[in-house]
Amino acid sequence: MMKIALSVIIFLIAAPILGCLLDGGDRIISARMQGRIGPPLLQPYYDVSKLLQKQVIAVSRSQSLLIQMFFFTQIFTGCLFFAGFDIMLCFFILSTGATFLVFAGSVTHSPYSSMGASRELLQMMSYEPAVLMTCLGFYLAGGTFNVSELVQSEKSLIMYLPGFFVAYVFSLTIKMRKSPFDLSTSHHPHQELVKGITTEMGSRNLALYFITEWYENIFLLGVVGLFIINKNPWSILAAVLVVLAVYFFEILIDNTSARVKWDKMLVITWIVTLVSAGTNLLVLMLIK
Amino acid sequence: MAKVKRSPWLLHYDGSSCNGCDIEVLACLTPVYDAERFGIQNTGDPMQADILLITGGINAQNQAVVKQLYDQMPRPKVVVAVGVCACTGGVFKDTYNILGGADTTVPVDIYVPGCAARPQAIIDGIVKAVDLFQQHMDNHEEFLKNPDEYMKKNHPEVDFKKGE
Ligand code: SF4
Repeated sequence: MMKIALSVIIFLIAAPILGCLLDGGDRIISARMQGRIGPPLLQPYYDVSKLLQKQVIAVSRSQSLLIQMFFFTQIFTGCLFFAGFDIMLCFFILSTGATFLVFAGSVTHSPYSSMGASRELLQMMSYEPAVLMTCLGFYLAGGTFNVSELVQSEKSLIMYLPGFFVAYVFSLTIKMRKSPFDLSTSHHPHQELVKGITTEMGSRNLALYFITEWYENIFLLGVVGLFIINKNPWSILAAVLVVLAVYFFEILIDNTSARVKWDKMLVITWIVTLVSAGTNLLVLMLIK
Repeated sequence: MAKVKRSPWLLHYDGSSCNGCDIEVLACLTPVYDAERFGIQNTGDPMQADILLITGGINAQNQAVVKQLYDQMPRPKVVVAVGVCACTGGVFKDTYNILGGADTTVPVDIYVPGCAARPQAIIDGIVKAVDLFQQHMDNHEEFLKNPDEYMKKNHPEVDFKKGE
């Protein structure tokens, strides 16, 4: 009990700090890739603290409530994961939380944010199979859905699950809303969608959205780490390195690709999921 | 007091310009000038913007648009007029449809002259705007702490009663 409470508290405090630093690092590395110097490392923190101080204009009252629900469910997911509960449960709560964001986008009736919201639904449809397959893979390889037991396995789970790993990392690009799959937010401005689902969010609501994203990213990268971690304490170091490498890979993809249309996204993701995770699943069932 | 000036987000509106100034505004974001060093971001969204940057003059058709964009921005906000067109109407001043510079429609805080305004001048204007943005925020905080005293000190001519 003590241990669970402790890990939840550590997650609540450390995740936004790490998430903010990762985001800042992302912006610096992106700038360097484009031949620019880029903003300071703490820029995301400056942005959020400014947003929190600005006048609150909400187009619709329910929007603030919906964003707060999104905020709490996503944090709750992370808490469950790092406290070592069922990974399946984590992903279902994560998806439930994501629907609050969709509501928050469509409740304003602005054409841009409604369009962003329906694209967010399409994104969910694309990554959901990969995510569910990943849960299944963890169960087949580790014999349990419980994160606390999965981290105690004899060998790193990636030994059994290379195909699932590929599918998961692929769907991570969609989850993190990075180009070529940033359909719902279009994080580079002046595009056809303005700011997509976040168009009608300003000041405090947008700040909450950013903080939620930091928590969410730490959770998603935590799942990447789960592929690596095993009984050996040194595997934690390896997991951190792999997580950083995956994050760098995402930034690279983000900076080298243009946004695709939704139908292409759906087809590509499902094909990758079916081929890599599906083959892995078959092999796993045959040898086990 | 918290530093809001580290994160100025721009909303760039192109009025009736020749597009010369717009190209220069975009040039500020390229590797040569890299305005993101100062945390400057070009958002396309008035709800998220702190600084309204207008290029080109105001005409009969875009006046309502500029007004609405300004109203949609949360306070505190600063307006920068870039190029002589946005300052006064410039070379288009006497055209039948031009009403004049940006200040015919919204209160302009900073004027950046030039035809086209050079990126150095634009960045200089934005840096000035950023300071003003911080100052607005500080004033607001001071006002919140003690409204009566603040009004007496800074606006003695206004008869300010709390709650009105
Ligand atoms: S100031 Fe000159 S360059 Fe700028 S919009 Fe006007 S005419 Fe074009």
